[in-house]
Amino acid sequence: MGINYLYPQYEIHRDPMRCIKCRVCERQCANEVHHYDEELDVMIADEASCVDCQRCVSMCPTRALKIVKTDNTFKENANWKQDTIEEVYRQASTGGVLLSSMGNPKDYPVYWDKILINASQVTNPSIDPLREPMETKVFLGKKPSSLKMDKKGKIVSEIPPQIELELPIMFSAMSYGSISENAHKSLARAATALGTCYNTGEGGLNKELYQYGPNTIVQVASGRFGVHEDYLKAGAAIEIKMGQGAKPGIGGHLPGRKIGAKVSETRMIPEGCDAISPAPHHDIYSIEDLRQLIFSLKEATNYEKPVIVKIAAVHNVAAIASGIARSGADVIAIDGYRGGTGAAPTRIRDNVGIPIELALAAVDQRLRDEKIRNDISIVVGGSIRSSADVVKAIALGADACYIGTSALLALGCHLCRSCQSGKCNWGIATQREDLVKRLNPEIGSERLANLLTAWNHEIKEMMGGMGINSIEALKGNRLMLRGIGLTEKELEILGIKHAGE
Amino acid sequence: MKKDSNMEENTIRTQYLVIGNSAAGIGAVQGIRSVDPSGQLLLLSDEPHHTYSRPLISYWLQGRVEPENMVYRDTDFYDDNGVTALLGPDYRVESIDGENKTAKLANGQTVVFDKAVIASGSAPFVPPIGGLETAQDDFTFTKLADAQGVRDVVDRVNEEGRQPKVVILGAGLIGLKAAEALNDQAESIIIIDLAPRVLPSVLTEGTAGYVQEILADRGLDFRLGRSIASIGDHQVTLSDDETLPYDVLILAAGTRPAVGFAKEAGIECGRGILTDEHQETNMAGIYAAGDCTDSMDISSGQVRNMAVLPNAFMQGQTAGVSMAGEEAVYDKGFPVNSLGLLGFYMLSAGSYTGDELVVNDGECVKHFFLGDDRLNGFIIFGDCPRAGIYTDLIRNKTDLAGIDTDRLFREPGIMAFGTQARAAKVARPH
Amino acid sequence: MKRVYVNEEVCLGCHLCEFECAYANSGAPDETGRPNNMFKAFNGPKTPVARIRVEEGEMRGDDRICFAVSCRHCETPYCVEGCITGALSVEDGVIKIDDERCIGCRTCTVMCPYGCLVYSDHHTMLKCELCLENSTGSPACVQACPNRAIVYEERQ
Repeated sequence: MGINYLYPQYEIHRDPMRCIKCRVCERQCANEVHHYDEELDVMIADEASCVDCQRCVSMCPTRALKIVKTDNTFKENANWKQDTIEEVYRQASTGGVLLSSMGNPKDYPVYWDKILINASQVTNPSIDPLREPMETKVFLGKKPSSLKMDKKGKIVSEIPPQIELELPIMFSAMSYGSISENAHKSLARAATALGTCYNTGEGGLNKELYQYGPNTIVQVASGRFGVHEDYLKAGAAIEIKMGQGAKPGIGGHLPGRKIGAKVSETRMIPEGCDAISPAPHHDIYSIEDLRQLIFSLKEATNYEKPVIVKIAAVHNVAAIASGIARSGADVIAIDGYRGGTGAAPTRIRDNVGIPIELALAAVDQRLRDEKIRNDISIVVGGSIRSSADVVKAIALGADACYIGTSALLALGCHLCRSCQSGKCNWGIATQREDLVKRLNPEIGSERLANLLTAWNHEIKEMMGGMGINSIEALKGNRLMLRGIGLTEKELEILGIKHAGE
Repeated sequence: MKKDSNMEENTIRTQYLVIGNSAAGIGAVQGIRSVDPSGQLLLLSDEPHHTYSRPLISYWLQGRVEPENMVYRDTDFYDDNGVTALLGPDYRVESIDGENKTAKLANGQTVVFDKAVIASGSAPFVPPIGGLETAQDDFTFTKLADAQGVRDVVDRVNEEGRQPKVVILGAGLIGLKAAEALNDQAESIIIIDLAPRVLPSVLTEGTAGYVQEILADRGLDFRLGRSIASIGDHQVTLSDDETLPYDVLILAAGTRPAVGFAKEAGIECGRGILTDEHQETNMAGIYAAGDCTDSMDISSGQVRNMAVLPNAFMQGQTAGVSMAGEEAVYDKGFPVNSLGLLGFYMLSAGSYTGDELVVNDGECVKHFFLGDDRLNGFIIFGDCPRAGIYTDLIRNKTDLAGIDTDRLFREPGIMAFGTQARAAKVARPH
Repeated sequence: MKRVYVNEEVCLGCHLCEFECAYANSGAPDETGRPNNMFKAFNGPKTPVARIRVEEGEMRGDDRICFAVSCRHCETPYCVEGCITGALSVEDGVIKIDDERCIGCRTCTVMCPYGCLVYSDHHTMLKCELCLENSTGSPACVQACPNRAIVYEERQ
């Protein structure tokens, strides 16, 4: 074994004046941290395996538990921080690529928090959303440059296919495999109840979920898992995944142990076989190739389904978006570097990509400058944390937002960032049946619907404050935003003025 | 019932007549009232007490039950249910006329009824023994008065500064419950039975010895395969000439269905009164329920007298509902017993036919009797929570194929059943 | 009437229902905040007894079937019909037990098709009375169930 260089990151504090030895913590911890010692008649914890997912803390009926960060410290060093040193130790002991999950946790700027929203005073009066109608409905897709109507005012121009959303928020792509069946069911039911869409990710669509098709976006990714004609036709739109914010430039790897019978059937791959999504689509080396795939998919679905192209926010995102807008796609989805994932190499997650706020502003501006903004809708994701983030994103130019991490939080995720272990104690990022059933889709879908219903109220409240009564009038309305603590360059890219200006 | 208008001198008119004030009688009252909340209802008993639980007399004698908790139903039961209860020896039914629907009472009154249920229970059977007529301090043990009699003697002996010597004839349920009640209060308890084993109605030949040993360990002294030849002055002489002095003699050789007036009235009887599945006798409008009847034991397919309280209540209830004009069928009869003796529990149900399977789960020893993929019966020694799950297999004649019987017989639980059956049990109303 | 029903699909086998049931029926005072009181209840002279019981199946792969069982409050309650003392009774559909009158004879144990009567440590039987008369006011097991595997509702 040798010396263990790693000290457990957390300590479990158990108050003996509260613990009743009910052993719920023991039964609920898939990492087997807690156990009951019969001889001593006490609960004991082995903190080495604790990931601080808070399941035991949440389930403890007497609130006897808390998990705290250990104060065991390496000698302080501003350059060599403890987690950096630990990563070196870890790699020195395993020789492997470091894996982690969920979004980039590093201390990069969060531009949402440096942008402020306007409100009306005196002139252009604010609107009370409880008294007056307020429109949050959004149509995603190519908009015609002109409309022809007959004498009765009926539109006679052919309108390209649209995705109709009751609110400007969708659940972003999370595959069945990376998350559980019950997580998928929760998302599907909530999307249906809310009148929005969830996204299959690249894991295909289980037959049981076809009933939620009108609220489903089906994804086609580089591995082409689970893609067939019925699948493409089942959803409200098709998304081609070119990239993902958490791991731009690399593919995906779902280990064979997560490919059980149902995942295997849904993905159309053998049970127990690793599911590897290549880094690139092997048939796409240019915008022209992308156009071919887009039109193949449109052809296969009778030109009835809008096609979304999803890319990671990277350095030259504006130029890429311009190409995508010209490729025939109806929607471009951009995923920022703080977006989540079920598993990514730590170095990629923490060092590749750019913030969604800057990417969005750049793309919107570029498409406007090129007069092709109406040809394509923009959806952004990658750590949209609240309704304020949504409002800011729309004012920066987005048509709608994708939320992934927020949705998982609503389902119970505590951001322990251990999805890659497959032992999610909350039943979300796991295929272990005993864990999957911890997420009751009835409760999950209710919580998701609650979250977005609350956000939609808040969006209306903020819009009303600005004197705006429809999402359409907020879109790209950067005058409603001001930066705070930002440099000239940042303000220039965001296309907003500084607070006070 | 309106006494003023309907009761002329010696005649009482009633819609429903319930003869008996124990489980079957009370079951009948509840059955009638579940259908007909207001019809005139007369209840008769030759005992002067509010309805009380017969099996509790041993607990009362033991001092484990307060007198006020002897009641089988709350003290306002008769009022709440609109029952006119005439209680005491005066109201003993002497005869019944099925044609004219009348009953003659000991006090000379006549009851005219539309429908009646006979729930007269059972009477102790005392074998002919020399010297019985002149015996002193001898008691049968089925009624509160019996227990009170025993209590008085025990108290008297205690006043003399000693504990009583107790002799009990009968190693059946009643005799052993009496023994349990007196175990801590007696100098000695000797139990005599003509049968070579204890609890012949509850135990198999193979298990009786085991129980006898346990009871002997806990202080009971047995003289089995013997009878009392004669009774002298506070002493009995056994068939093997052993002489046993006693302070209290309890005669618990058995009981017989109390069918006297029913039989005389021409109601068809076997050992007990015979009824159809609605508990109606061969005389239309006259029903019978409880220990005084014979009925179908679904665990053996035989018609027999099963003097157990749950059956009595359910039969009474069936009779009551039927009397009030609704369809009710009693087709779930089989013996069920739960017997605790000196802290040792025995649970049993059904009949002991078929293949015997013995399972020792560490807590208790279970004997199952199986045939044709059905559970016919069981005897469990020791405390077995959830044993009713086994009883239900007998009650419903459940096909054991498709049930994880290995698990079930080791540990009674719903888990052993299939998915559908489980859902039916825990996710649907019953 | 409303009864407690169980959905084994989402039962986690966490046993919280048992502990909350035992606590709710322990008669522990409820003034100084729940958690400490629960501690007190479970460290008092009498260990609280649960009226609900989680059954656990064998492991099949990663999982095992679990579900909780408590009194079904049957319309034809064999326990009540068989009770030799009259301690068990039905009140507005709820099957109740009178502690004063129960002698712990186990007849109900041998009558109940679901195994829902439990022994207390003082020679009487205990059963689920839907928490209608304790400080919880409605079934504690349902309130405590983290996954809505136990529900209290009307079903046909």
